[in-house]
Amino acid sequence: MTDIINALVVLANFLLVPALTYGSQLALGALGVTLVYGVLRFSNFAHGETMAFGTMITIFGTWGLQSMGVSAGPLPTALLALPLGIAGAVALSLLLDKTVYKYHRQRKASPVTFLIVSIGLMFFIGGLVRFVIGPGDQIFFDGTRFIFSARDFKKATGLDEGLALKMTQAVTIITAILVVAAMFWFLNKTRTGKSMRAFSDNENLALLSGINPDRVVLITWILVGALATIAGSLYGLDKSFKPFSYMQLLLPIFASAIVGGVGNPLGAIAGGYVIAFSEIAVTFAYKKVVAYVTTYEPESLVQLLGTDYKIAVSFIILVIVLIVRPTGIFSGKTL
Amino acid sequence: MSFLIGENMTGGYGSADILHNCTIGVEKGEIAVIVGPNGAGKSTAMKATFGMLNLREGHVKFNGEDITHLKPEERVLKGMGFVPQTHNVFTSMSVEENLEMGAFIRTDDISDSIAQVYDLFPILKEKRKQPAGQLSGGQRQQVAVGRALMTHPQVLLLDEPTAGVSPIVMDELFDRIIEIARMGVAILMVEQNAKQALEIADKGYVLVQGANRFTDTGEALLANPDVRRSFLGG
Repeated sequence: MTDIINALVVLANFLLVPALTYGSQLALGALGVTLVYGVLRFSNFAHGETMAFGTMITIFGTWGLQSMGVSAGPLPTALLALPLGIAGAVALSLLLDKTVYKYHRQRKASPVTFLIVSIGLMFFIGGLVRFVIGPGDQIFFDGTRFIFSARDFKKATGLDEGLALKMTQAVTIITAILVVAAMFWFLNKTRTGKSMRAFSDNENLALLSGINPDRVVLITWILVGALATIAGSLYGLDKSFKPFSYMQLLLPIFASAIVGGVGNPLGAIAGGYVIAFSEIAVTFAYKKVVAYVTTYEPESLVQLLGTDYKIAVSFIILVIVLIVRPTGIFSGKTL
Repeated sequence: MSFLIGENMTGGYGSADILHNCTIGVEKGEIAVIVGPNGAGKSTAMKATFGMLNLREGHVKFNGEDITHLKPEERVLKGMGFVPQTHNVFTSMSVEENLEMGAFIRTDDISDSIAQVYDLFPILKEKRKQPAGQLSGGQRQQVAVGRALMTHPQVLLLDEPTAGVSPIVMDELFDRIIEIARMGVAILMVEQNAKQALEIADKGYVLVQGANRFTDTGEALLANPDVRRSFLGG
């Protein structure tokens, strides 16, 4: 019996908690992608770099606050700097919309044109971020490291295996829940949110109903900037901030949005967790678990794929979904 | 002078003209129906009065005011309502949200108007929490008409409101449309079911190749042997 509990604790510690954390980050990222797709009708490849940009501004804000001696106690100071990062990412998004996307929107450019434009902007923002903060690793986490560590857990339960909960993991999951709840409240309960859904559902009828398209676009970019910064900062706090890793995040984020049903906010969230759990479950070493639940101690790691292939998992899921169910779990619009 | 009138309209979506010197008008509390063969420019003529295509010649007057150069959204503010033939509801939104979106330009309390639409279409009250995309064709058309009514338009333009619904539902929809007209709304509609539509029409326009062929009361058009032979199948 204890063996089974120990096995479950191993799974919880190395699979459940990390996947919930990573899934929350992906879900917030995918929510931004799906909003742009639903309202502006294109796949925004610059989203990963927008996340990096917002995170960079948050890091500057964090450093500023730290140098002034401000801290959030046990919580990371970066949470206090988030509004600044959000403001930065929103300003950048609005600037790029005004100077680049608006021109193509007025010419009624095809979604493919928008996609290529967003790839261009992805390189532009990525270059800007690396130019300003440098390509290296930045660790901007401070505050208490663990809410409870593996050792505390073992002492409290008397089990052989420990379950740790890092502050960044708890902060990520709680923030994601709050942000998603606020987002759904906004989209389903407020007049402005409903007008965004109406615009996404049927643009012509929305115009006929007197919904102002410029305002919908403005609000979309504000939400996207905020979501990107929150997702990026949580990811950076949990792992570390490295500009190139945000470009690589683009694939799992798009996979999340598409698996859930692109254009559907609920799908983005479900997709984020599906991708995160799959990535971690497939690359997890089950050796200890097997040893606990059976009498046999495997010599190998009992790992389906090396962690280096993590990114391949989301790619494979993406391909399978596009072949088998192109509209995704929650039937978004097909790409 | 009609309440809403598009006079001597000539124009089209691109460089080629679809309408040729076409005149369409409707009075308050009246139902005017545009009929004609496929490709006669029926929908185009109605859309022209709503500002959805460029007129090279002619003008549109609403309540005596020249609105030829107003955009469709601006005409909604003036008191016109338009129900497109297809894609006329927000499929992912509930019936009630569809009505709320119809009243988007209003800043006052809309609960009375919603109640009014539910009185007119009782089935919608039952289904108010359901996404409009899950309703039947006839119910969807009711949502579409209800959405347009939310701004209390003085003129309601309907593009083939009975397309794709069963004959029973069609009669029911026509009854509702008559009811709306009795409230003092001017109704201009395009219809495929020419005979049934002319039966409820105060005024009928038969268009052929973008031009007026016959204009008369609905009754007179139904009695006219030329119209019967050419357009109503004898």
